[in-house]
Amino acid sequence: MTDRIAIIASKGTLDMAYPPLIMASTAATMDMEVGIFFTFYGLDIVNKKKYANLKVAPVGNPAMPMPVPNIIGMLPGMTAMASKMMKDMMKKANMPTIPELIKVCHESGVKLWPCELTLQVMSINPDDLIDEVERSCGAAAFLDYAATANISLFI
Amino acid sequence: MGDGIDVKADSVLDVKGLCCPMPVVKAKKAMDAIEVGQVLEIIGTDPGSKGDMPAWANRAGHEFLGSTEDGEVFTFWVKKGK
Repeated sequence: MTDRIAIIASKGTLDMAYPPLIMASTAATMDMEVGIFFTFYGLDIVNKKKYANLKVAPVGNPAMPMPVPNIIGMLPGMTAMASKMMKDMMKKANMPTIPELIKVCHESGVKLWPCELTLQVMSINPDDLIDEVERSCGAAAFLDYAATANISLFI
Repeated sequence: MGDGIDVKADSVLDVKGLCCPMPVVKAKKAMDAIEVGQVLEIIGTDPGSKGDMPAWANRAGHEFLGSTEDGEVFTFWVKKGK
């Protein structure tokens, strides 16, 4: 039977958008069946208006390449600066962008499920989501898929 | 296996400069384009590929024939299994 991997993507920052997409695209090359459930801020990863511009949080993030005190991180423009720094680093390392990785995932058959509850709570129009997503679903539908998964990840 | 692998590749894939997960993503696509029993040669520079390529090949039902390392360049040979 085909191996299956079920992932919950719950965070919408740039650094947290990569792990689910990298794991998913890689698992697909290894003939695994992959599904990602995008919930709460994780939904930004499949939001047309946001997914190309996800940000890094400079506040409360002591792991930043150039660590700044939280009080400095709170200043206007710091989030944009931190995000640009990280994007530059990624570009230098020749890392694919989030939209590129989404495309790879979609082309290799990864199922991308938006969380229905999040759409409602955050008043997100389903039309704002990228075309690659499946129909939104709830916890039970995802758990039904995850129940037979060999690997489950919460990110 | 190390140096002295005597295999003739049917197809060659250059993934130099690419990092995880792209080498295996491209390798999978290149593998889809060749026949069972044929050999794909993959040339890359991602040190992570040293572990990733055999893991990918075995999991995807192919045969990892071996690799060589020349400075920062790694070459892998994988035989299509299915």
